[in-house]
Amino acid sequence: MRTIKWSRVAINLTVIALIVVWTVPTIGLFITSFRDKQAISNSGWWTVFTNPQGAFTLDNYQKVLFGGDGLATAFLNTLAVTIPAVVIPILIAAFAAYGFAWMDFPGRRILFITVVALLVVPLQIALIPVLKAYLAIDLNGTFLAVWLAHAGFGLALATYLLYNYISQLPKDIIESAALDGASHFTTFRRLILPLSMPALASFAIFQFLWVWNDLLVATTFLGTDQDVAVMTSRLVSMTGSRGQDWQLLTAGAFVSMIVPVMVFLALQRYFVKGLLAGSVKG
Amino acid sequence: MERADAVATPPPRGIAQVLAAGVGRILVSIFVPVVAFVVLWAGFLWLKDSGAPRIVIVLVAIVWGIGGVAMLYVVANWLTEKLPATWQGRILPFVFVGPALAILTFYLLVPAVLTAWASLFDANGQEFVGLDNYVYSFTNPEMVTAIRNNVLWLVFGTVFSTGMGLAMAVLVERSRLDRLAKTLIFLPMAISFVGASVIWRFVYSYQPEGQPQVGLLNAILGAFGLGPVSWLTGEPLNTILLIVILIWGQTGFAMVIIGAALKGVPDEMLEAGRIDGATEWQVFRRLIVPSIWPTIVTVATTIAILTLKIYDIVTAMTGGNFNTQVIATLMWKQAFTFFDAGRGAALAIILLVAVTPVIWYNLRQFRGRAI
Amino acid sequence: MQRKLAVLVGVAALVAACGGGATSAPGASGSPAAGGDLSGKTVTVGGAFVDIEATNFEAAVKPFEDATGVDVVYNGDKSFEQQLNVQVQAGNPPDVALLPQPGGMKNYASQGKLFPLPDDIIASIDANYGPGWKEVGTAADGKVYGVFHRVNLKAQVFYPKVAFEAKGYTAPTTWDELKTLMDKMAADGTPPWCIGIESGAATGWPVTDWVEEIMLRTVGADGYDKWVSGATPFTDASVKTAFQTMLDIYGNEKYVYGGPQYIVQTNFGEAPKAAFDDPLKCWLTNQGNFITAFFPEAITADLDNQVGVFTLPAIDSAIGTPAEVGGDQAVAFADRPEIWAFLKYLTTPEAGVSWQKAGGALFPYKTQDLANYSSALDKAFAQSLVDASFVRFDGSDAMPAAVGSGTFWTESVKLINGQQDIDTTLTNIAASWPK
Repeated sequence: MRTIKWSRVAINLTVIALIVVWTVPTIGLFITSFRDKQAISNSGWWTVFTNPQGAFTLDNYQKVLFGGDGLATAFLNTLAVTIPAVVIPILIAAFAAYGFAWMDFPGRRILFITVVALLVVPLQIALIPVLKAYLAIDLNGTFLAVWLAHAGFGLALATYLLYNYISQLPKDIIESAALDGASHFTTFRRLILPLSMPALASFAIFQFLWVWNDLLVATTFLGTDQDVAVMTSRLVSMTGSRGQDWQLLTAGAFVSMIVPVMVFLALQRYFVKGLLAGSVKG
Repeated sequence: MERADAVATPPPRGIAQVLAAGVGRILVSIFVPVVAFVVLWAGFLWLKDSGAPRIVIVLVAIVWGIGGVAMLYVVANWLTEKLPATWQGRILPFVFVGPALAILTFYLLVPAVLTAWASLFDANGQEFVGLDNYVYSFTNPEMVTAIRNNVLWLVFGTVFSTGMGLAMAVLVERSRLDRLAKTLIFLPMAISFVGASVIWRFVYSYQPEGQPQVGLLNAILGAFGLGPVSWLTGEPLNTILLIVILIWGQTGFAMVIIGAALKGVPDEMLEAGRIDGATEWQVFRRLIVPSIWPTIVTVATTIAILTLKIYDIVTAMTGGNFNTQVIATLMWKQAFTFFDAGRGAALAIILLVAVTPVIWYNLRQFRGRAI
Repeated sequence: MQRKLAVLVGVAALVAACGGGATSAPGASGSPAAGGDLSGKTVTVGGAFVDIEATNFEAAVKPFEDATGVDVVYNGDKSFEQQLNVQVQAGNPPDVALLPQPGGMKNYASQGKLFPLPDDIIASIDANYGPGWKEVGTAADGKVYGVFHRVNLKAQVFYPKVAFEAKGYTAPTTWDELKTLMDKMAADGTPPWCIGIESGAATGWPVTDWVEEIMLRTVGADGYDKWVSGATPFTDASVKTAFQTMLDIYGNEKYVYGGPQYIVQTNFGEAPKAAFDDPLKCWLTNQGNFITAFFPEAITADLDNQVGVFTLPAIDSAIGTPAEVGGDQAVAFADRPEIWAFLKYLTTPEAGVSWQKAGGALFPYKTQDLANYSSALDKAFAQSLVDASFVRFDGSDAMPAAVGSGTFWTESVKLINGQQDIDTTLTNIAASWPK
């Protein structure tokens, strides 16, 4: 891009200001998580800069991670819930996306519209009917129940995202493969899947963030029993029966944030590449 | 000279042999999928009931999730390829899209239909009441406020997230700090709503006058000698402030997506515009924006859908009190506090209907495509 | 939400551990001597309390587990009541639920989800409890469903003893004396009341306690019953007067620390702490006896010396000061011998002993040993409970759920927040009463 008339300095300053405004709330949380309860209720977190009084403490993190009802188990539970819940729907969505994008069959349009339309269904609607069905097959309270539920709720978005990407793949490649005698399945396996990696990764990140941060689905299908509760659920009950234990809550919130943030940082580029191919014109 | 064919035609077979071969093929065709199915089913049962250490179950789930599902498709495909070509053409697409459709039907479509059905009945689902629940929903003052709030969420949330995302994308593009900015401003999207509510508590917190403020906003006011304000109890400002939390989370998303789309805008076109005497603003409005319009629409509709379904932020910050309630929180209240299944269902359907035009508009953008 | 896995693992572990030796061993008074061997069975219990209270509960039921070999599994969840509804609708509620509200019990009973208590448990209730408790556990069909374990006493006003006495204040015995005290405190420069009504999804419940306590003191037992049952609507003049009395305090910045805006966003457990700050910000907290668990640790370590308490005074001397109580009632969603054995255990004083000693809990048994209470404060609560001439259950808990845990809470919050006036509030609440 050609250099524009606004001075570089002004632009950079504005950008810095924006960055500061955006990150200040999170920094507040971070700092607060190292303060003790008295300090938190009596002064703002910014006072640590003017008045560093040794109210700095690692107690909160210690209690939160290793204390009796600590987050350590919940952390593992969240991990255990998230990874399969991301992995299971990916393939199913990829097949469906390819089918809608490159195969011709009656009702294709209507069915695809239905799939996308299901994006609007608020998942609270589905809780009780699914719960009843799970009970009938004795699936309730298991990790499998949550994996399938997340897969089910995530499939609409997954199919939509992957469709966007796959339908934009160069037509000629696919057609020449067909001319060479490749079946749909082979085309899918050898050509589409590898080419769609950015989109698959993109959806994986979306789904990962969504499942990791979810509260409702885990609470309903897995429960709040300490053994199996996920981190968001434990965070909510962490205010404790002694009122609001903010010092624990802040440390807990930060702990639960670390993994998704790291995942996102590591996989940023795929996220954009995967989402974008469907929306850019030309 | 006669030459024996390299590929000799096989000797004509007897009826028995044809039959045997045919039966053999059929048996194999049955056997393989049955085995595959049994393996998958066994996997399902094992995952469900196993008492093995969690890490083992998780690993098996991953293998089952990818491998099992892949096997399902491989087998289904293999079966289909045995069929005559016309049948193949008809059935194969459904092999591809079938599982997704089936799962979606179970988890989303059927519950939605059941809910629509339940909305026509009374609190216990016994008596048919027709549209009564809907009439109640639209005349109840709490609901009217909820609708007002959702409109605020929709308009402010979408416009500001997308608009600011667009402006910031253009700005950041021209800065050396673009990668840092994109990362840090996108970051809030990775934070759960529960976590965000803790973070923003420390921004909006209110302590009575004369007491030390622990909330950032009131502290800033204090620095200017102004008294503390109870941000979250006064409407409609409180809803606007809750929307700020959404904007905080979603602007980064808009910025990053639009930013990437911006990269695809051809420089020559912009140059030509500038040479023709267009100001920077005109270049922006008439050249840049139209060329990335589909991206802007996609981002805006995604955020719009989110605002209409908003629930977590409201519940965590104010519990829906102080007139911050939205349709989703009312729906929960009707269903689980008042035990009124009919009204809860009606609200859910209203939500569904409200979101549909947004989806429809989004879909229209893809008209030019394969669909 | 019960995990089948936990149950299976729990049962497997029990069977492995107990071998063949577990029998139901009747010994201490009140232990269940079930007909038949219950060892290895599990009873799942759901409730709304977590953390310390949950630990104390588990300790309290341990004697039962040891005696019978039954494994009682408790799952606490702060949004328990809503979760329970989901579970009941989906068909998998816990075996026993600790319901804080009779309204909820009546709901489930009328839906046919609960099992009525067998006669021997009812006999045990008659033997161990004072009048009124059985009635609160009874549903519209006249059958008894609920067993009370831990209960609480409301309308207790707490204050920081040392500072209070240093200022020369004395505990009031009539409402007029209370008003004089309030004015005196305000004139001395510190607002008298520390009030907070925030409580997540249950925000607003402390206001309803105040209104009920005032109603109890102004319309007496019969009037109260009529109001709770819906015979007297919320729009009645007596109810309006009660709300006004409450608002005269809540709405007055002189009388309450922080004023109404602060009240609506401060957690009920946090508000009392202001009375123990240095310098203290307010004096009096009107709450249930369980609030002592929320006081700062330095205070709870020295409760009897640091904290003084008086009962919210009478408004009408003819009516006096009745005891307003609340508590979780245990109800059965399934019909199995081990469940009945457990419930029977809960009707006996033995079920409260360990918690009495741990502190922060109150039990209704007239046959309990008061010496077990760890603090003089707790003992005093128990004494007044046992001695009370008439006892009434927390009104909002006894009303239908749509009102008692619905509009009574939310409309009151709107009133305090200045969003509407008293008449609108009362009309809205009355309108939500189920036909």
